[in-house]
This record gives sequence, structure tokens and C-alpha cells, in this order.
Amino acid sequence: MAYPAGLKYTKDHEWIDADAGSGKVGITDYAQQQLGDVVYIELPEVGAKLKAGQSFGTIESVKAVSELYAPVAGEVIEVNTSLKDKPEVVNADPHGSWMIVLKFSDPSEVDTLLDASQYDDLVK
Amino acid sequence: MVPFGGWDMPVEYSGIVNEHMAVRERAGMFDVSHMGQIEIAGSQALDAVQRISCNDASKLAVGQAQYSGLLTPEGTFVDDLLVYRLASSHFMLVVNASHIATDYAYIAEGIKPAGDAVAVDCSARYALIAVQGPKALAIIQPLTGVDLASMKYYWFAHGEFAGVRGTVSRTGYTGEDGFEIFVPPQQADKVWLALMQSGQPFDMIPCGLGARDTLRLEAAMRLHGNDIDTTTTVLEADLGWIVGWKKADFVGADVLRAQKAAGVPRKIVGIEMVERGIARGGYEMFAGDVRVGAVTSGTQTPYLKKAIGMGYVTVAHSAIGTELEIDIRGRRVKARVVAMPFYKRAT
Repeated sequence: MAYPAGLKYTKDHEWIDADAGSGKVGITDYAQQQLGDVVYIELPEVGAKLKAGQSFGTIESVKAVSELYAPVAGEVIEVNTSLKDKPEVVNADPHGSWMIVLKFSDPSEVDTLLDASQYDDLVK
Repeated sequence: MVPFGGWDMPVEYSGIVNEHMAVRERAGMFDVSHMGQIEIAGSQALDAVQRISCNDASKLAVGQAQYSGLLTPEGTFVDDLLVYRLASSHFMLVVNASHIATDYAYIAEGIKPAGDAVAVDCSARYALIAVQGPKALAIIQPLTGVDLASMKYYWFAHGEFAGVRGTVSRTGYTGEDGFEIFVPPQQADKVWLALMQSGQPFDMIPCGLGARDTLRLEAAMRLHGNDIDTTTTVLEADLGWIVGWKKADFVGADVLRAQKAAGVPRKIVGIEMVERGIARGGYEMFAGDVRVGAVTSGTQTPYLKKAIGMGYVTVAHSAIGTELEIDIRGRRVKARVVAMPFYKRAT
């Protein structure tokens, strides 16, 4: 699967789809492949304030538990509650399955993340 | 691929859920060649096996197998195993890969008083292929002259499989009907490929360690290293049925007899999550503020689609229906004690 050019990526295998002051956050195709069948996702409450790299939830596959990390600092302004009952969509469409929307504390932080080709090199 | 008992083994081929469902609904094939085989032979072989294996091997006819344990003097598990009676004075013990060396040393020492019996580690002589699922019989039968339909559960026979000499037993670690085929490693690929071809019309797929673990957990089969080990007795593991109580003596007998008379302080139970969350091995279990035990295995199971697990709790909290809380990474989540096995195939 190609990594969409419009997204930014972290070394912890999250992506962020950033607009001016906020962005949707999910996990990459590489991450879902490593996890295998996703069966459970635990997400924060709206209003949670996160530092860059701070855990905002957990994702579990049949075989393992993984933390989810905030790509940049910000406040959670929306949570994709539909993932609660359909966590398996993360396997089917990782780059289309957002988990939270973060309102950035410092929008310039987004520029420090990896672009698609840098991320592709990382997981090759 | 992951390192496992000295082998590199696949966790999954096409996905744990996919492989798990294939075994429950059709068939799946596992390369379990990592399992060890230790043979015991000699005129006193039966006496030798009786000393080191807790089940009663005298009940085995030639061609029959049984589940058993190699125990410490405290009645806890050095390993669990299958004992095959190959001939009246010749047995094959199938043991866990990671314990072959320990088991062999334990067995060689333990059988000395029996006299004329010798133990040989034959692990390198056998590859082992497990075909599991409702279609397993239909898939293997065209490749062998052994009449599989008349073979009873936990019996075995010798024959040819895709032209390769070997042994087949009606055994497995999935809770499903199925067979395990022992063949020489040099020809194992030939048998594997022939089975893949024979399995094609049934949509049989290869399965890895991940599905092996979720399948055995649904069937409540204990995994040595998780659910049973040198800290858990046979009775605490609720496996009293594998003890040959009428045997004269075996390692661990004194402790087990005493524990049987007095009752166990704790025992293994099945648990099912009541609230959202997945219990994993090592998580602690509570009744109110009191810690009553810990989870030994747990997952979200693909077939039952529930979060289930096993673990040891104090006997006072082991009754079916007892409500417990599990500490899932700092959060208390409600669970309930349920009957095992979680899954039982329709017969």
C-alpha cells in the first residue's frame, strides 16, 4: 500500500492529516500489518490534553497490545467512536480510519514530522 | 517469523482470525515439527514410563496415546506431554520444543531404577504436520491406506502418507477433530505439499503459532509456560484426570495425594470479560480490594468473539459465576468465572 503524500508520519507509525490548526490521527498500514487482526481500540475523551509522543490510547490485536502516541502536542477535539464496534476497519483501511482529531498547541510541530517518502524509507 | 524453542516459526500466514476460522469451519495445517520426541524402550519400558509420567501408561493398548505430565516431587509441571505406546515395551513421548533437553535429562535420570529401559531423544528423526478441522479426515484420507474414519480419538497407526512412511494419530491442540502426522524430516515437504493440494478443494490454509494459541485457548487446553509450570500442581490446574491415582508410585504422587485429600488452595478457572477489555497473561485479578489471583492466558477469540482467558484464583473465588475484576493496565475491568472449555465442537 502506498503512503498518501498528503499525510505526515511519525517513527511510532502514526499518521496525521493536518489542516491549518488541527488534524486527524490514525495508524499506518505498516503498523496494522505488524499488529495483525485488530480487535479492540481504547481512545481518550474529548478534551484530553496531550504532549507530543504521549500515549492517547491503546490498540489491541489478537496477539498483542500497542500504545497509540500523539504525533504532536494538542487537545483532543473529536474521537472516532465508531471504531469501538468496528476496530477491524483499521486493518482494511488504515489511512482512512482516523482515531482522534487533535487541535495543535503549536502548528509548526507538524512540519517536523516525516513525509510519505521519508516514512516509506523508514519501514522498507 | 519469531524464535520459538530454538526454531524460527511463523506467527501467522494469512492472519490469525482467518486461520482460526479455517480450522473451526474447514481445515488448517500446522507445521509443528518443533515438538520433541523422546522414545523409551527395553523390557522394563512400561515401568520406566510409569515412574516419570503421572498418567497410567498401563492402560494404553499398543496404538493408543494419552495426555500426561512430567512432574516435580511437588506435583508441579516440568512439562506436559503425550505418551504413545508404539509397542508393548516401546513408548514415544511427545514433549514441548523448549523443554526437550530438560525433559530428556529428567527422564534419563528418572527411569534408572526401572532397570532395562533406555531413553533416546529422537526429535531430529520426526517432522510433525497437524491437519485440524472438520475436513481434516477428507483431506488426508486420499493420501493414505490407513483407515482414518475407524481411528478413535487418541489412537494412532503407521502407514504411508503421499508415499512417505510415517505415523498418524487422531490428536491435536485446537479442540477440533484432526490428525497429526509424523514423517521423516527429509520427506516432510513432499507430504506437506501433497496435503496442501488435497486440501485445496476444502479451502484448507496453513496456520501459524498465533492461531494455534487462540484455538487451544478456546478449547481450554493448557499451555506449558503460561497456564502450567513448575509452580502449579496438576490438581490446581484442574487436570486430576491425567493422574494415575491407582499407580504404585510416580514423581509427585505424595504431594498430589495429600492435596487431593486436603483440597487445593487455588485453582485454574475460565474467565470471560463482562466489560470491554482484553485480559492478557500476567494481569492481576481482584475481588473487591483483595488480590485473588492472576491471568495466565487471555485473548479476544476469533470464533466466539469474546474476550476470554484462564488464570488461577483462590478456591473461594473459583465458583462459576463469581464476579471478579481484572487490572488491565491500571484500570479495573469486570469479568466473570465461566465453565471451561469455552468452545466444544458439536459431535
